[in-house]
Amino acid sequence: MSRLSAGRRHKVAFTLNGQPVAGEAEPRMLLTDFLRHTIGATGTHVGCEHGVCGACTVSVDGMMTRACLTLAVQVEGCDLRTVEGLAPAPGRLSVLQAAFRRHHALQCGFCTAGILMSLDVFLQANPEPTEAQIRDLLSGHLCRCTGYTPIIRAALEAAAELAPTPLKERTDHV
Amino acid sequence: MKPAAFDYVRAESLDEALAVLGEEGADARILAGGQSFMAMLNMRLARPKVLVDIMRIGALDRIDEAKGEIVIGAGVRQARLLGWDRLAEKLPLIALALPWTGHAQTRSRGTVCGSIAHADPSAELPLSLIALGGAVHLRSARKRRRVAAADYITGMMSTARADNEMIEAVSFPISSGRGYGFREVARRHGDFAVVACAAAVHDDGIRFAVGGVADKPEARDWPRLDGGALDDALNAFAYELEARDDVHATARYRRELVRRVGRSVIEEAARCHA
Repeated sequence: MSRLSAGRRHKVAFTLNGQPVAGEAEPRMLLTDFLRHTIGATGTHVGCEHGVCGACTVSVDGMMTRACLTLAVQVEGCDLRTVEGLAPAPGRLSVLQAAFRRHHALQCGFCTAGILMSLDVFLQANPEPTEAQIRDLLSGHLCRCTGYTPIIRAALEAAAELAPTPLKERTDHV
Repeated sequence: MKPAAFDYVRAESLDEALAVLGEEGADARILAGGQSFMAMLNMRLARPKVLVDIMRIGALDRIDEAKGEIVIGAGVRQARLLGWDRLAEKLPLIALALPWTGHAQTRSRGTVCGSIAHADPSAELPLSLIALGGAVHLRSARKRRRVAAADYITGMMSTARADNEMIEAVSFPISSGRGYGFREVARRHGDFAVVACAAAVHDDGIRFAVGGVADKPEARDWPRLDGGALDDALNAFAYELEARDDVHATARYRRELVRRVGRSVIEEAARCHA
């Protein structure tokens, strides 16, 4: 058993987008603040800070995770992925990110990092999603710019591009 | 919107977690998936001195079948239960209710027992526990006890759990010969229910439960009513729940939802049963 005392900072180490990272955090420090202020990874955004808006969604050990509902000390030793890990190389977008750009699936971009991370995790487990499944998934995010329709189009197109079966042979979505 | 300071204990075993609860009592709180409790910490609605993280205790991440019930350990996340391949067969009501519980992004972390520990009056899992007549397995460093669902939830977010106890598991009776229905109305899918309804229909009767209206989920057992008799029973129940006006809905609207959604859920359960 390890007990980390309230008033002190403690070492936290985990894997972020394939690279080992470490820093110091008080037990009460949220993962959002640790990522942004301690590590300097500001791609993960902070919206409502109570788990409703979805802007801070990241992947922890392959689970979609609200970073604002997670303590930094909870992810000790875990495997984290954030929006910074999506692009295959500097200056190149992932298939999902490119689809977002083509479909204008973002305007101000504040919610985008969280939505991309949800979709990235979801599409790995569900490579041939229906539109209804994408809509259900997006109920966990708030976007005030797009009206969601372009996001759904981008997600379905990215899924089709990534899936082993070509789009023409599939009938399970619009 | 940042939590007040607390000590953080990463428990490696149930005994360690229980020892901290035994020593610290009401100053210590269990942290499992954190999907309700972390929000309360952020808003400083809860200010414990010690948080005991139980998610590294592998022994709590278990789904077992025993004596006609499914026992779900305190470490089982909602997404894991939803993905369990026997769920629709063993606990069809839970299979219907879980997709309404939060969002995919919160079910991935939130636990089944945590939602029941939180005992939000509009939450789906406490409602299902009441509807199915399940039980909560409480444990302290000294003893274990099993509390029936109806005795466990005592009011709005308040339960029969003592300060030195934690939920070790919850159990739901395995379904046999019943049809089920579940539906709710909320501002956004996955948000807190304005009204949530669960029904189980069997040869001799109907069990119908409502969340989101009173300060805890409430259930009624009726014979196989239909037509006007069912409308009358639903109407009487809707008034007995003593709905109140709030920013989300008026009491009158809630009563109307109990009548209408309730009827459709009972009809759906009856079709399922047939």
